Amino acid sequence: MPYERFLMKHVGVPHSTALETYRADGGYDGAARALRMKPEELVDLVKKANLRGRGGAGFPAGVKWSFLPVGRDVTYLCVNADESEPPTFCNRVLIENDPHLLLEGILIAGYATQSTVAYVYMRGEFMEQFHILQKALDEAYAAGYFGRNILGSGYSLECYIHRGAGAYVCGEETGLIESLEGKRGWPRIKPPFPAVEGLFRKPTVVNNVETLACLPPILTRGLDWWLSLGTANSKGPKMYCVSGPVNRPGCYEAPLGISVRELIYGADFGGGMRAGKKVKAVFPGGISMGALRGDLFPPAPEGVVDPAQDFDELGCVLDFDDVHRYDLLGLGTAAAVVVPEDVDIRELLVNVTRFFAHESCGQCTQCREGTGWMHQIARRIRDGAGRAYDLDLLTEITQNMGLMPELSICGLPDGAAWPVRTLVQKFRREFEARIMAQMPDAVLRKAQAVNPAAYDLPVLQGRATSYAGGTFFVADGT
Amino acid sequence: MSWRTVDRRTVADDELGPGLSDAVKDKIRTFFPRYPTRRAALLPALHVTQDALGYVSLRAMREIAELLDLPPAAVLDVVSFYTHFWTRPKGRKVIVLCRSLTCELLGGRAVLEALQKRLGIGEHQTTPDGEYSLMTEECLAACEHAPCMLVGERLHQRVRPEDLERILADAENDKLDVPRSDLFDAPAAH
Repeated sequence: MPYERFLMKHVGVPHSTALETYRADGGYDGAARALRMKPEELVDLVKKANLRGRGGAGFPAGVKWSFLPVGRDVTYLCVNADESEPPTFCNRVLIENDPHLLLEGILIAGYATQSTVAYVYMRGEFMEQFHILQKALDEAYAAGYFGRNILGSGYSLECYIHRGAGAYVCGEETGLIESLEGKRGWPRIKPPFPAVEGLFRKPTVVNNVETLACLPPILTRGLDWWLSLGTANSKGPKMYCVSGPVNRPGCYEAPLGISVRELIYGADFGGGMRAGKKVKAVFPGGISMGALRGDLFPPAPEGVVDPAQDFDELGCVLDFDDVHRYDLLGLGTAAAVVVPEDVDIRELLVNVTRFFAHESCGQCTQCREGTGWMHQIARRIRDGAGRAYDLDLLTEITQNMGLMPELSICGLPDGAAWPVRTLVQKFRREFEARIMAQMPDAVLRKAQAVNPAAYDLPVLQGRATSYAGGTFFVADGT
Repeated sequence: MSWRTVDRRTVADDELGPGLSDAVKDKIRTFFPRYPTRRAALLPALHVTQDALGYVSLRAMREIAELLDLPPAAVLDVVSFYTHFWTRPKGRKVIVLCRSLTCELLGGRAVLEALQKRLGIGEHQTTPDGEYSLMTEECLAACEHAPCMLVGERLHQRVRPEDLERILADAENDKLDVPRSDLFDAPAAH
């Protein structure tokens, strides 16, 4: 049976953002059903569904909700629509095409957590999407889905859209909370976790757009349908993004657990590479989750997965578990960017390190300095002045930043280190070949280009040799 | 003789730039009921200010601080963190070019070079006639349409160097074609 889309069922439908279109095929039924349940039942249902957060970390949403303290008076729900991980765009597609699906998800999550106010934190660059969602929200308010006493249940929820202003780190949940409070988007030290003390020092739940959009189908199509999708520990549908030089770049909904090869070559997905090129590398979960080798490399023997060897890794299944076997940080946002065979791996490293050097918020030293140094080393290698030691140096830097060695406040440095580490490990032969092929005096030339004044000494210009003739040495035979 | 002290820190009143009109202040006040603290209305206030004035002037920062019961330094602190806000006048339209991975793989750099040549300015500069400012940004979250370019509020997709003339010749190239909510007005013309 072909998979029937839910999250993207209105993509491409005319007037898909209007409330009538959404209600015509059962919109807001899930919310109506949820409001007849007890909040605890709803939390249990989402726990049973094992709905794991779609924003990157994959933390189960129901478990997150159950961390809220009992007997609280005010709870805030924050919706993370600060989608800024390159190359992710599924939230944008969802908001543009089906804003009411998100709003229904907000209503269900708001009721389950007994939130009083929901804030949608939307990145500043989303202008069109802001107006689309705000229009939809106005419609939903007018139809009684938000405000006081929603659908006669006695539950009240206000919803506001808060526009960000261009900062990757505001996608981190405590960074988002700080930014919402009108401060710099600097992540907070945890604990206390937001569920205990978050926005305005009240219990707060932060959920991703896609996570919330998964709630209505759990209620309308039922738990059995939901659990029939996906793999062992990864249930439900996922919006996969694929971009780069493929024939059909875009966002595609599928049950969790399709392979990277299918995402690139499948006729329902990426549709193959442009001009029949081969894949050199793929970042399958957003750039911070690390890279896979493409089919430019020889296929691995049947059943062998060994990231230490140069095998084709496109067989990686995109769910929450299999990615770890390929030395990736996690599923991330399941947004793949495909790198074709003719791209210089050094350019790739420069681009990736620049992103994190630009977006590090600057609170923790190893992230602020480390991302900058990695970018400088990457630039040096790209400019043809790399040193053989640079690759080990990069690896060493990546091991000394982030949450995993418990050095930082948030996970940004882990995400910054992982792609560098996997790129250096998996494409080490190419890096080494590039460094070997450099001109012997490349390092000196590069240094000279950076700071010509220091190299303007006569001794370095070859002028000192003119003294060798007659001044210091006595001529022969006199 | 006595020493004459020179105050080099306080900016002279005529260098503080434009202030907020009453209409803008009222618009900022409409955001207050949404949040339990005044401070949380800071980002909306800065958006409204930048849309009205073109940038966030020092005088505007002071006035926002007064409205929100904050020290002016707290406003400057926030303004300087977010890349969206300008502390000096910018061009009438800001061109933001994506430089992230997908856009770069699909020719974003050629677009940037063509654009620099066409406008005669470098990155983070403004044309002499004050029409365009050119910026590069990280991912604009429209990678399926790479390379992408934001002119004002409007996203231009799959931009090739030869498309630039057509886009720049269009006077409406920064206008959204979706119905606007009246919460945030379109940036005012200067």
